[in-house]
Amino acid sequence: MAHYKMLDGNTACVEAIKMAKVKVVSAYPITPQSTIAEKLSEEVESGALDAGYIRVESEHTAMSCAVGAQLTGVRTATATASVGLALMHEVLNVASGCRVPIVMPVVNRSLASPWSLWCDHQDSIAERDSGWLQLYCENVQDIYDTMLMAYRIAENPEVLTPIMVCLDGFFLSHSMQKVLLPEQAEVDEFIGEYTVNNLKLDPEDPMVIDNLIGSDEITEMKYQQAIGFEKAHDVMLEVFEEFYQKFGRRKALVEGYRTEDAEAVVVTLGSMSGTAKYVVDQLHEQGHKVGAVKVVSFRPFPAKELRELLSGIKKVAVIDRTTGFGGEGAPMWVETKAALSDEYLVKGYIAGLAGRDIHTGTIEQVFRDILASDQAGEKPVWIDCNTEHAMNIREVNKYV
Amino acid sequence: MFNLKSEARGFIAHGVSACAGCGMELIIRNVLDVLGSDTTIVIPPGCSALFCGFGNETGMKISAFQGNLENSAAYATGISRGYRAQGNDHTKVVAFAGDGGTLDIGLQALSGMMERGEDVLYICYDNEAYMNTGIQGSSSTPYGTSTTTTPGGKTVQKKDLLGIAIAHQIPYCASATVSHIPDLRKKVEKAKHVKGPSLLHIHCPCPTGWGFDTAKSVEVCRKGVQSGAWLLYEYENGKIRVNVKPKELLPVKEYLMLQRRFRKMSDEQVGALERAIREQYEKLLEKEE
Repeated sequence: MAHYKMLDGNTACVEAIKMAKVKVVSAYPITPQSTIAEKLSEEVESGALDAGYIRVESEHTAMSCAVGAQLTGVRTATATASVGLALMHEVLNVASGCRVPIVMPVVNRSLASPWSLWCDHQDSIAERDSGWLQLYCENVQDIYDTMLMAYRIAENPEVLTPIMVCLDGFFLSHSMQKVLLPEQAEVDEFIGEYTVNNLKLDPEDPMVIDNLIGSDEITEMKYQQAIGFEKAHDVMLEVFEEFYQKFGRRKALVEGYRTEDAEAVVVTLGSMSGTAKYVVDQLHEQGHKVGAVKVVSFRPFPAKELRELLSGIKKVAVIDRTTGFGGEGAPMWVETKAALSDEYLVKGYIAGLAGRDIHTGTIEQVFRDILASDQAGEKPVWIDCNTEHAMNIREVNKYV
Repeated sequence: MFNLKSEARGFIAHGVSACAGCGMELIIRNVLDVLGSDTTIVIPPGCSALFCGFGNETGMKISAFQGNLENSAAYATGISRGYRAQGNDHTKVVAFAGDGGTLDIGLQALSGMMERGEDVLYICYDNEAYMNTGIQGSSSTPYGTSTTTTPGGKTVQKKDLLGIAIAHQIPYCASATVSHIPDLRKKVEKAKHVKGPSLLHIHCPCPTGWGFDTAKSVEVCRKGVQSGAWLLYEYENGKIRVNVKPKELLPVKEYLMLQRRFRKMSDEQVGALERAIREQYEKLLEKEE
């Protein structure tokens, strides 16, 4: 029988990895991912997870080992965060280019510099173009569920694309919540055994993988990857539905909350989405018609679904937990803006950098601003940031 | 495209795009001949990547993965662990990388592989510079060598790869060279049967980068051994054995003068190199006892 357990986000990842029966683990500790690396080693040590554990000397090697091992025909596991993900960057592109469907939790943490241990989305968003699917989680149950579904999505023969399951550092990785865990047999039935559907290293059927290729072939192979992303969209819908039928929890590429008669919505990613829903309820009590939209899949970006969901809602506030330096807006804003016609007022907000809390007041501030706005403005709004005399020595704004 | 009338005898195609006189081709043909078909090889970008071929053609008949420059040891680790996790404890996983991919950018991954005791044979073919990108100096470039990034001659000695491997106390490591093929093959055979990490450091003559006649590759390497510029020894189960012991080392000048890369060395520099080589040789003989 399915049973409840108190788990933090990192342990939820470990539970899912264990139940997916990976055969090789390669992990390097980094805050706030470290307990994933630790707990996986404990599971291997105790025999609960029948796998080899490679105590690698860097994230670069962690990803290289995962690629090498999975090419021999086994499911592998690794996990990282922040600068660890940045160090993997080169090999992330190898994994996606060789169509190795690795499932990797990314515990979102700010990128240096300056140094920070805390959450924003700069690390994973910076990997936007490395050919990985990206799903963002809202709570611990969501992490567990998304991990299970991620194996199905990435390994689908029409997708064959690695996937990052992104969870906000500390807000989710270290937050204990009640999680409903299924039985192993149910997971076995849902995920199934790993089968290689493309490249394979096998001395009995030799193949040379990943050699130098001409530009014509590469263009077409890259186009095939693009199709993989398109297929991922459809496969996700199928997998979400199957998961719902089997486990009773529904997931979507993009999820609306009280959007039906909303005049304005806030578009969010990750753990801030729960706060946004809470604020929506509060503002409704005060008579404001507002809603919230949570983007689950950043890659592929569900532009069509977002368009449908936002149909008729003219004011759209987008909160980015990244900076998007030099652009007209930050990445989530850019995607949202591109998905909608010019009739929509799409305004960008930058908040929650390096773990700065996106609290109820932050979201409320965004709603009040967008409701009062007639124009999006030329630049995104930096929430709670003292933007006057920005280059002078001054007091830094503190949120309450 | 050529229509070949017969299959290549070994695991490397008849014709590959190596430069004339390249030692690397001789090395890989012998290595794979000894290792056999139950081998998976990891090759980084660099000269040896030519064996992976171009486009839909390959130069090898064994399973292979072309990795990145710095992580051959890491990919090999993953592949080895993947096989072992499926009960395959026989396929030899080999990394075949140059000196840049080994001693410069790949040293960290190699160190991790050796420290953890991974079941991988790591082969460094050492042509003593970044030859594929145009003869730039590496940490394995010898003292005094002119390269495109050490135009005045390198001012420091080359890194000691076997010393680094020995510091990791791996079961087996050895140096080899193309002028001593039976010795090389014997060492590959030994490494083949090691369970755990092993390393071969193979001197790889490069007529293009070293500046000598393409017919002289073997001769140059033999002079390297006779002068002590390249020492042939092995480390097995904690013990060092020197395989070739010249009673009297040839003056190093006889090795240097065959190659244009040493042309800018002054007599003082040659003398300094000579002293360093002799000291190294004596120390090695002491370690053997």
